[in-house]
Amino acid sequence: MTIIVKKTTQLIAGMVFMYGIYVIVHGHLTPGGGFAGGVIIAGSLILVTLAYGGDFLKLVKEETRTTIVESLATILVITIAVSGLLFGTKIFFNNFLPKGIVGHLVSAGVLPLYNIFVGTEVAASIFIIFLSLIIFKEESPK
Amino acid sequence: MELTISIVTGFMILGALYAIHAKDLLSSVIACAIVGYSLVICFLLLKAPDLAIVQIVVDTITLIIMVAVVINSSREESYSKLDTQGYVSAITGILIIVILLYFFIVSIQTLDILGKSSLRMAKYYIEGAAQKTGSANLVTGVVFDFRGYDTMGEAIVLVTAVLGVLTILRLKGKK
Repeated sequence: MTIIVKKTTQLIAGMVFMYGIYVIVHGHLTPGGGFAGGVIIAGSLILVTLAYGGDFLKLVKEETRTTIVESLATILVITIAVSGLLFGTKIFFNNFLPKGIVGHLVSAGVLPLYNIFVGTEVAASIFIIFLSLIIFKEESPK
Repeated sequence: MELTISIVTGFMILGALYAIHAKDLLSSVIACAIVGYSLVICFLLLKAPDLAIVQIVVDTITLIIMVAVVINSSREESYSKLDTQGYVSAITGILIIVILLYFFIVSIQTLDILGKSSLRMAKYYIEGAAQKTGSANLVTGVVFDFRGYDTMGEAIVLVTAVLGVLTILRLKGKK
């Protein structure tokens, strides 16, 4: 890509990533939540990959690491859901941490943890789909 | 507000019709994105900002992938003439549309106005939800606390979709 695209990406990609983290963490206070913030984070990673390109081996290594992140995030979501069986009223998906004051950042029990892990998983999924399309195009015989 | 929603929906229908009949594939791909972005405006007018955020980002990523696929191909659509099979399918489709439209008009008179709900479970969710879940955002409280199973199912469907894509697009393993 030309140098204008690369310079603009250098300036913007970090801010988009931080905005995605903001939307995830404040999911129980402002509109957004886990799914929206996860897609925004994936958007910033796609921006960097498109602007700077990448040689083939580095992309394959990125894809392997991202699949590990995605699987770990899914396992953690289900672990938190199952651990509701141990505390408080013993039902699945129990909201067992203290609820706090409405409107503060640390409130609403387990909800911020759910938001963070679901957001990580969605970001990793969309980035994997994008990377596998690029790797398929590079690998296919000309 | 209903007039604005009707105008935006009419714009969406025009975009979809153009996407079917365009001669250049790149034009039809961009016309598909018109449908997605008009839906964002409809969501904002109907007071659903969570959906609008997700829709605008997902539509942009889908547009990038579709343009990347189309731009290196021959960019032309192959036409085929209509024969008797085509005419029978078209007439059956129009008949089914007329029948479903009639039932839609009959049943819409028993429902409430768009935006107001009088269901018993909706009343239970809305009253005192801030104390029951502890979160100020009602949508997040419903999605993760009252209806947590659906969110878990959605996350697992996403993992399954990624597994499907990785299985199909692997050339090296097939040799």
